[in-house]
Amino acid sequence: MSAFFQILRRDLRLSLSAGGLGLPIAFFLLVATLYPFAVGPDGALLARTGGGVLWVAALLAALLPIDRLIAPDAEHGVLDQYAVRGVGEELVAAAKITAHWLSFGPPLMLAAIPAAALLRLDGPTLAAVELGLLAGTPGLAALGVMVASLTAGLRRSGALAGLLMLPLAVPLIIFGAGSIGDFGGGALRFLAASSLFLVAVAPFAAGAGIRALRD
Amino acid sequence: MTGKGQQAQSPISGLMLSNVACVRGGRMLFTGVSFTLGAGDALVLAGPNGVGKSSLLRLIAGLLPAYAGQISRTGKLALADEHMALDARLPLTKALHYWATLDGNNAEGVRAALANFSLSHLADVPVRMLSTGQRRRATLARIALSKADIWLLDEPGNGLDTASLAQLNHAMAQHRAAGGIVIAASHQTLDLPGAAALTLEAAE
Repeated sequence: MSAFFQILRRDLRLSLSAGGLGLPIAFFLLVATLYPFAVGPDGALLARTGGGVLWVAALLAALLPIDRLIAPDAEHGVLDQYAVRGVGEELVAAAKITAHWLSFGPPLMLAAIPAAALLRLDGPTLAAVELGLLAGTPGLAALGVMVASLTAGLRRSGALAGLLMLPLAVPLIIFGAGSIGDFGGGALRFLAASSLFLVAVAPFAAGAGIRALRD
Repeated sequence: MTGKGQQAQSPISGLMLSNVACVRGGRMLFTGVSFTLGAGDALVLAGPNGVGKSSLLRLIAGLLPAYAGQISRTGKLALADEHMALDARLPLTKALHYWATLDGNNAEGVRAALANFSLSHLADVPVRMLSTGQRRRATLARIALSKADIWLLDEPGNGLDTASLAQLNHAMAQHRAAGGIVIAASHQTLDLPGAAALTLEAAE
């Protein structure tokens, strides 16, 4: 178990030094700032669609660092060194998923507060967004690491990673945005279920991906 | 931190290969590799480029599947290949410390390993600023502090000057005296007294 926390700490440090907590927050707020300019300052319209926009922004923020989640470690022999020490690939993947989530999930939940003000979301809507982000971002993190491990061996994998990840993230987006509306309770449960499913499956899929990188 | 790594090197380290064959990219690299190594033994792998020396080391390390044959070992492994596996942005001490903690070693062990390979003055220098020879020595320091029983070294002497080569030989001798095993693939002559030699030949 201590290997898990060691890897978690290292990956968290690496992602903080690469983009910092600021990058996902800045990206998220940028979207929230630009959206009113694009659709016009109609408060009612913003309030109705703002939550969905935040979800799209959250998905894209999770996608931002995807090419440095697995590929650099594979290239520099770090993953080999884990394997030589008998640290399981699934454990490595699980640690990487946790680190990835910590590096963008909680920051996005923080950034959602000023973003809600920019999009004129009211209190209950903001609460629904926060709850949805809490339930959904672990799934996004799991998806990110899974796709990163599958595409790490490929050249210029960034675009392909996006193409692979976006369709798989559709359930999270639908239920995430749905959890904001009037019948949010059911959607929130579906969101949590899809997220949980991804978190449960991803370490094994990503572990298999890491093993496949070796040859 | 791992607890079990805190104990002294286990006196029983062993490695046995019987009739191991390796296939890479649909091509048979070598067949019928067999040897047995016990505590304190060393093996030097020789053979022309591309014959599969690195593949054999990766095979022993469990990073490649054996096409045929069996590998059994007792003891922990440490692998030094062409990858340093140290974080380029970190100071050398911190980068080594990461692996030291995973291996159950501590800051004292890192300091000792740095001193053994004359890297003490570079302790606070970021890894990316190191020269080729210094990188090589940093990799060897990572092996030396790993507390592993079986060292797998791929061209450990590459890029090392005479003084560093002597340090490498000294580290290997110490490791063997403590009951460890050294397997080195090298074109250079390493000072490994009583080491077995295995010359790989291409299959077919």
